[in-house]
Amino acid sequence: MDVLGRYRNLIVLVGVLFAQILGLAVQVNVKRTTDSEPTRLIRVWAVGMVTPLEKALVWVQVSTVNAWHDYFYLRGVRAENRDLKQQIERMSLERVRMSQDADQARRLQALLAFKEQFISETMAAQVIGSSGSELSRSVYIDKGERDGIKPDMAVITADGIVGKVLHVYHSTSQVLLIDDQTSGVGALLDKTRLQGILRGTPSGEVTLEKVMSDETVPAGEQVLTSGGDGVFPKGLLVGRVTKVAPGSELFLNIRVRPAADLNRLEEVLVVTRIDERQAEPDQTGAARAVDILALRLPGVPSKPENTVQAGEPGAAAPSATGSDAKPKAAPAEASAASGTPTAKKTAGAGATTTDATKVSPKPVKAAADVKPQPAVEDSPH
Amino acid sequence: MAITYTSGEQVEVYRFSIPATVLIPLAAVFLQAWLPLRFPFFTIFDLPLLVTIGFATARRSPLSGLFTGCLIGILQDALTHQHIGLYGISKTVVGFGASSLGIKLDVEHVGARFLLTIFFYVVHEVVYFTIARGLAGLHMAWSWPHEFWSCIANALLGVLVFMLLDRVKQRT
Repeated sequence: MDVLGRYRNLIVLVGVLFAQILGLAVQVNVKRTTDSEPTRLIRVWAVGMVTPLEKALVWVQVSTVNAWHDYFYLRGVRAENRDLKQQIERMSLERVRMSQDADQARRLQALLAFKEQFISETMAAQVIGSSGSELSRSVYIDKGERDGIKPDMAVITADGIVGKVLHVYHSTSQVLLIDDQTSGVGALLDKTRLQGILRGTPSGEVTLEKVMSDETVPAGEQVLTSGGDGVFPKGLLVGRVTKVAPGSELFLNIRVRPAADLNRLEEVLVVTRIDERQAEPDQTGAARAVDILALRLPGVPSKPENTVQAGEPGAAAPSATGSDAKPKAAPAEASAASGTPTAKKTAGAGATTTDATKVSPKPVKAAADVKPQPAVEDSPH
Repeated sequence: MAITYTSGEQVEVYRFSIPATVLIPLAAVFLQAWLPLRFPFFTIFDLPLLVTIGFATARRSPLSGLFTGCLIGILQDALTHQHIGLYGISKTVVGFGASSLGIKLDVEHVGARFLLTIFFYVVHEVVYFTIARGLAGLHMAWSWPHEFWSCIANALLGVLVFMLLDRVKQRT
């Protein structure tokens, strides 16, 4: 009895440690046998305690920054607006060239009966917090189960991929970043088309594994998603190769710098729907450069045959009458508005016109006349 | 140097009010999760660890120290995607050790606190890595330069945290 009293502290310490080790062993065992870990109640409580405060702080920060930029700090806006208009004109012409390339690719894909994946819905989310640990590279976003977020959804930014949804709570979700050591993404090199697995390292770097050492990989080459992991659709930008060195065994040690700045994430897009369909040749023909140029000429009258009656099946919007000589421009605006890399990458990959019209705030042509364009839709934030 | 060996009767024991006991660890875990988004370098700090050491050395009660460390650690674990218990076990050991050492040593001076934080930071990392690799099977790399600079950075921040805790602790 006296011994128990004397070593009371030590006995309690051993007991508490034993209980935790036992709990840890159970978790490891569950993960090994089921390959997925159920969300613990303690996580729900902890996230429920911390994230409301994070959301409130982020809201205050974003509101302050928005108020500053929208109402007070307007210096240089006019010049910026002029530059942006010029940029839009340049990009419109560029789009024509690219759409012709895309049409050709689609025709070839149709001939080969390729199936293609494209992002049809995304949801914008604000990053509100992190795990706070170097050994767990994950962030929390302000969208959760009530917003339709599910585990294993891809998370991207305009610059490149970010990670995947790991745990989903009522109004928040945890996103595992691609530089975490437990993360794995199917990837391929843009030019050489070599495939590998993108993994994070304990120090937070990203490497491309499983590329044979007899291959030649130049530094600076772009790394894209291969679509093989079932999370990310094919063709999204991952980053660039920064260093190539001989690795262990038969594989190269390829270091990749992620295109998205994973240390300074503020807003991300959660890919809530990926559709797959067989490629079809474009029946409408490519847009001509002269059509695009006509948009810049105010004197060119609208074509009467393009007029779409409001309420007619396939009409993009009730006000889409004639489209005021803007053939094929609206879907491009829709994809540009999304600001996702996919919108650029899958240009011409095709999408339902319904999706495209949902996004476009401006009158567009009848659905039958609109060229298939990538649809990346932002749900209301 | 300010580390002096004292008897149990000589050292002063402090306590914290209930709001401080609850809110300070919560604030530490919250800041640890929120600040790295704005200041990425902040991930090298372990604010919950510093609070664990600060509470344990002030209270000088091993039981209180180990339970405080255990709860703070588990809360920290819950925000990561790793198994629950990795930080819990590490901080339980640190909480127990810091309070046990607090009985023996006078840790009221800046130099003593600096060295104490360095020591317990290393203990924390060693226990964490051992558990993570040995029990959880995680592939973790130990980097001496990184650990060295993290250790120094945490010790410096620890001195400031202890000064803040001095303001809210009450003599028993």
